[in-house]
Formats: sequence, structure tokens, C-alpha cells
Amino acid sequence: MDIIQELSEQLQQGNPKKAAELTQQAINENIDTKTILDQGLIAGMSVVGEKFKQHEIFLPDVLLAAKAMYAGMDLLKPLMLKEGIPTIGKVVIGTVQGDLHDIGKNLVAIMLKGAGFEVIDLGNDVSPEKFLDTAEKENADIIGMSALLTTTMPVMKKVIDLAKERQIFGKKKFIVGGAPLSTEYAKEIGADAYCFDGMSAVEAVKRFTSISS
Amino acid sequence: MRKIINIPVNSVIPKVNTILERQGIPNHINANDRTIEIAEEAISIFSKLAFPIGVIQELSKEEFDNVFRGEGNNEIDSPVRNIFKASDDLALFAVTIEEEVCVEISRLFFMNDFALGSMLDAVASEATEMAAQATENYYRSHLQKIGRFNNAGGILRFSPGYCGWHVSGQRKLFQYLHAEDIGINLRESFLMEPLKSISGVIISGKKEIFQFEDTFSFCGSCATHICRERSKLLLD
Repeated sequence: MDIIQELSEQLQQGNPKKAAELTQQAINENIDTKTILDQGLIAGMSVVGEKFKQHEIFLPDVLLAAKAMYAGMDLLKPLMLKEGIPTIGKVVIGTVQGDLHDIGKNLVAIMLKGAGFEVIDLGNDVSPEKFLDTAEKENADIIGMSALLTTTMPVMKKVIDLAKERQIFGKKKFIVGGAPLSTEYAKEIGADAYCFDGMSAVEAVKRFTSISS
Repeated sequence: MRKIINIPVNSVIPKVNTILERQGIPNHINANDRTIEIAEEAISIFSKLAFPIGVIQELSKEEFDNVFRGEGNNEIDSPVRNIFKASDDLALFAVTIEEEVCVEISRLFFMNDFALGSMLDAVASEATEMAAQATENYYRSHLQKIGRFNNAGGILRFSPGYCGWHVSGQRKLFQYLHAEDIGINLRESFLMEPLKSISGVIISGKKEIFQFEDTFSFCGSCATHICRERSKLLLD
């Protein structure tokens, strides 16, 4: 088994120590950074995502694999910056103003990073201005908003309305998620997609970034 | 009657199977050893950090009517309204497992220990539900002791944000209950801090008053339909 394939396997097994060792070994052997990223880390997470979708594995397994992915990514990140390797897309994500629930948002961010996206996590209690200012400053393609309360859901609409005011609506894609939301609500406020879990968020973001590119 | 209840942490430790179900692993699936180890570790952390506590306060139907009206945002028809009007006894309650567990969950995520952080979150959520149940049980025992509850009676709890009781009802509930006495605070968005907290009303009365169908306009968007399980347990 070659080193990249082994890296992918160890990531799938959720072994962060091995994933870091193998990433370092691949770097030391002068394997192309993008090959390590695409064929080792992202390919491994892609298998994990597919198995999760098929209910062959469950959330804890995905999160163990994500930890292994992060261990490898920590070593690759400085090289990616140095070599100017672009990510496949940039997502600004946060829990809306007034809401402090962030487990669901964290899981979505983990899954998106695992799929190779750059994620700018603004945390919780994020104002509409901060979502848009960050997305503009970072030139992010997608804005992801999470809310767990019926009282904080309307903040999502405020973000989209503000985007219309600033004339950036249509230039960015808006995805929303959280327990009280639905596809209907997402449509009603003008969001581009309702994501019921991390995997559906990954699928939506992949769909939108391929459209935008 | 007003009482602050220190709930023993051991009485709110969920079963491993229940936690795994919250993690999306169905009961008929045998979780792997590693997942079970993580669940057990999460339970161990929870046992060390959690301090479940509740507050309960009885009130009259007239007083609760005022609390229930809240900011005037309730659904026109609500099972809570129908049930409390036919009830014998009512008490507001709030429970929390306190802040330390929530801080530890955030720390684990920050350290990229996602699986353990997510598992601890599941333990904490389930334990908070169990703490609410412990408070309901306390109220039932209290009513039994003073001769106001017997086998023909039933008892159930409802929370703002569910069953047609608008979440903005939290404001009046907190004004009346003073849940800050046990460390729970209410934000402008009606979110409770610590996050792992539950508040609401415990209603006691004849079993038949709790009989209702989940056909209200808002039942379609309810994610849990937990009322079905609870009323089934009560009426069977």
C-alpha cells in the first residue's frame, strides 16, 4: 500500500497520530502537497462521508476521522499557504445573533473542512453585519447560518435582507440550518438551501461552488 | 410551595444506549467498542462536572393564566391552555446541570476532540431532560404527601416554545419563578443560560384532561412529538 493510500485508510479509521505521521512522511518524501491533500486527506474523508450517508458508520466515527483529518491538515496548511494552493471554496459560518447553540454549526463546519473547504467560523451570536462584512472581506462564496430557536430564526432573514441592500445577494449563496427550520422557511426568506445535517450542507456547498466556478 | 431541589448527579446519568440514539445510532445497531468507550468517558466527565439543580414554585390557575398569556404570542388554540384550565394543581419549574459541562464541551471541540465533545453534549442534553423529570417526580411526591394526588391522577410538564405556548412566554415565567436563584438567566432572545436548562409548567389533574390529539396547526412542524410518548405513558 502506498503512503497516500495508507494515509487515507488511517484517516478513515480515525487515527490522528498515524494520520499526522503519514502526512509528515509524505511531506518528507517530497510528495506534492496537493496530492497529499486531495488523494490522502480529502479522499479519505470522502469515503467516510459516503459510508455515513449509507448508514454504514455513524456520527462518532465521522468525528474521529475528522480529528485525524485535522491532524494531517495542521501539517499541510503552512505548505498550502506557501505554495498558494487554493481551497475548493470558502464558507463563512456562524450561529445567528441572540443564539448560543453551536454544536450543530460546529458539526457542519467540521464536515465542510473535511470535504476540503476553507471555513471561517464566526462562532455564535453573530450579527448580520459581521456575516456579510466577513464574507466580503474574505471573498467567501457561501454564507452558512444556524439557529436553534424560533425567536432567532428571523435574524437569518435580516442577513439576507441586508445582503439585498448591499447588492451582494445573488453573488453569494446562503445556506441555513437548525432544528426549527425547514425547506419552506429557507425559500420564504430567500436562502439558497436548507441543510438538515452536516452531509447535506457539504452537498449543497459542493453544488454551489461548482456553479459559481 | 417553593423549593430548590439539589438533584443527585447519579440519578440523571443516561444509559449508554440512549446517548448513542441521540448520536444517531439506532437501538438495533451494535455500536463498536470505540464508540462505547467514548460514551462511557463522556458519562464519567459528566459525573464529575455536573451539578443538577431545580427550582419549583406552585401557583394558582389565575396566576398561571397570566404567565401563560406571556407577550400575547401564543397560538389561538393550545393543548396547554385546555389542560391547565381543567387541572387541580400547577407549578412552574426550571432545571439546569450548570455551566461547567457546557464549558467542557466547548473546550473539547476547541481541542479537536469532536467525538467526545459531541458525545458529552448528548449526555448533557439527556441528563437535563432527566433532571426535568426528577423535578416532576418531586412535585408528584409532594402532592401525594398532602393528599392531592392519587392513582386516578396524572401529571405532565410543558415548556414555552412547544405545544402552542410561545417561547416569549419565558419572560413572564422567569419573572414569576426567579430561576436566577439556581443560576439560570434569560437572554433577550428567550434563550436560557446555561444552555442545558429546561423551564416550564408541571400540571397535575385527572388523567383524562391530558388526552389530546396531535392535530393542532403547529403539531406538523414539531420535531419531537414527545407529547405522544408522555401522554401514552400516562394514559396506558
